[in-house]
Amino acid sequence: MQERQVLGGKVLTIPFKVCAAIVLIGLFFIGKRFIFGIGSVSNMNDGYPWGIWIAYDVVVGTALACAGYSIALIVYVFNKGEYSPLVRPALMTSMFGYTLAGISVIFDIGRYWQAYNIFLPWLSNLHSVMFEVALCIGTYILVLWMEFAPVLLDKFKADELKVRLNRIIFVFIALGILLPTMHQSSLGTMMLMAGHKLSPLWWSGFLPLLFLITAVVIGYAAVIFESLVAAIAFKRPMEMHLLSKISALMPWLLGLYLVVRIEDVNLRGYLPLAFDGGLLGNLFLLENLLFLAALLILAYPSNRQSPRLLFIASCAMLLGGSMYRFNTYIVGFDPGTGWQYFPSVPELFITFGIIAAEVMAYLWFVKTLPVLPKLTKA
Amino acid sequence: MKIRRRDFLKGVAASTLLLAAEQTPAQAKRARKDLPPNAVGILYDSTLCVGCKVCEHACKQANNKPVEHTNPKEPMWDNPQDLSANTLNVIKRYGVEGQKDTVDGFAFIKRHCMHCLDPACVSACPASALVKNPENGVVTYNKKACIGCRYCQVACPYNIPKFEWDSPFPEITKCQLCAHLLAKGGISACCAACPTGASLFGPVEKLRLEAKRRLGMKLGEYYDFPVANIDSTEVQQHRAGGYVQHVYGERELGGSQVLYLAGVPFANLGLPDLPEDSYVALADGIQYAIYKGMVYPLVVLGGLIYIIRNREEKKE
Repeated sequence: MQERQVLGGKVLTIPFKVCAAIVLIGLFFIGKRFIFGIGSVSNMNDGYPWGIWIAYDVVVGTALACAGYSIALIVYVFNKGEYSPLVRPALMTSMFGYTLAGISVIFDIGRYWQAYNIFLPWLSNLHSVMFEVALCIGTYILVLWMEFAPVLLDKFKADELKVRLNRIIFVFIALGILLPTMHQSSLGTMMLMAGHKLSPLWWSGFLPLLFLITAVVIGYAAVIFESLVAAIAFKRPMEMHLLSKISALMPWLLGLYLVVRIEDVNLRGYLPLAFDGGLLGNLFLLENLLFLAALLILAYPSNRQSPRLLFIASCAMLLGGSMYRFNTYIVGFDPGTGWQYFPSVPELFITFGIIAAEVMAYLWFVKTLPVLPKLTKA
Repeated sequence: MKIRRRDFLKGVAASTLLLAAEQTPAQAKRARKDLPPNAVGILYDSTLCVGCKVCEHACKQANNKPVEHTNPKEPMWDNPQDLSANTLNVIKRYGVEGQKDTVDGFAFIKRHCMHCLDPACVSACPASALVKNPENGVVTYNKKACIGCRYCQVACPYNIPKFEWDSPFPEITKCQLCAHLLAKGGISACCAACPTGASLFGPVEKLRLEAKRRLGMKLGEYYDFPVANIDSTEVQQHRAGGYVQHVYGERELGGSQVLYLAGVPFANLGLPDLPEDSYVALADGIQYAIYKGMVYPLVVLGGLIYIIRNREEKKE
């Protein structure tokens, strides 16, 4: 069993307080939204019914929170127990990411007080991709908390409960692999329905596959990013032996993604759009160049030993994957008839508040709970 | 029988590949939907419309919607620019900017819900707040079910559903073909009010035939045109306009119960060129190919539980 460590140290640091201030501003605007309606804080409109709350908080946010999924995949399905030191921190960021995505959905949907309608059997629409996504994400949030529960039970020395939970935890681990596979691909399926309103550079029958691959890619990139940043911030040694091994997988995934992505646009005959010098074409190129850059860096085993190059590659993957998802939901979406959308300042602050809350929760948990692997004296 | 983990993984990989080979996304679509047995709809003939907007007014009265001022400084009369949460039916005018109408011509178009045969909004809605009546095919909205996710707005290829952005308790609004009037044996308010028969209510089968009849008319000759309801006896005589030889809505995205005839290209009137297969059929087909009605996910879940439990037991 891997030994864990409570990091300790002061919780109320300056970064923590700055984040708290941002959360307060966000809360102010959330209050305004509940009193005066979504239009009072957001630039969303009838042409662009989804703004950054969906595109960033949910679609990109849950992908960033696929760290837990990606690591669980490798540890449990491919039986690589050596990576288990990465499990807890990854699981924790996933738990926060998904929970906050779930919360942000509540203030994004207009009729939040009857949100439970989706799950009433006589109202559930089994044909709706949105239904499947909502059901899977809702269940997955519960699963993540169950998977993380042993950490909390450790803290409170509830050993009996922990033994009982451990007896059935394999069910949650299994669900924790199945559910993201389903809803991450369905987040892509969702935009199939946008049809002609979505630029052909993004609209494709392969949306489900491409969304699934980006979820895994972003998940691993988040693991690498989180691990390196935590090592620097908390002055801990880097987990290079594990990170470089994980990153050996990435060129294959990135290669598969790029082949499908480019060939799909090409077969449908829209590749010239990418080179017409317009915003959409340039964004398409940028997305794929970022993935290509990560692929080229990680293809060489010697590069995978360098923390700096690993960090650059993980940033490229995070950015490329996030852009793909963001563009599919907002930039590449054009309902026609002159509608425009750019997020308003209050709308942005609500999203910043969500991110800040995530950072605060991370700092608080690693300092007070046994999350990070225990350091052995060299 | 003992299934080894590696064998199971091989099986999963193989079936995924088979799945991929069996159906590429472009082929995976489900069959088109038929017209409901007693489908009713509207045939709007742009060549007959004089742009009087009586239909807008009638619509607002029938559906209790307030007037809307495009310029709040000059609140003279109801003049919405486009569909909105308060305007479920709108007349828009097409012309060439800076040119005289008498030189380049102009045309009106009436926009509201198309009542699609395979409605994207109905398929998208997670809470069955939007449903298509199996009898008359009217797409209606139930605010008691709606959660306000606005996926219907993203999904609708015609941008019809609108949302009350400035309300703390918002609803989705859209034309429901005056379902409350139909229930009492009436017809939609816009058609009842239309003085020229440009907006004609009736059974879709009959409207389709009527549209075909009009496409066969000789330019400039006088013909009988029914007014308000295709089954009514009231007719007016008009000269036949020069029709574009296409009934918009007959085939677009699997067809709709609102049909359009026009004298100018439909794209000019804001009605885009659309494929005959709906995006819904495609999305459904792909979703079905991946999930086979939840069978695959359950099989995978069983396999995952088996693998993980085996491994955990070995560890102990």
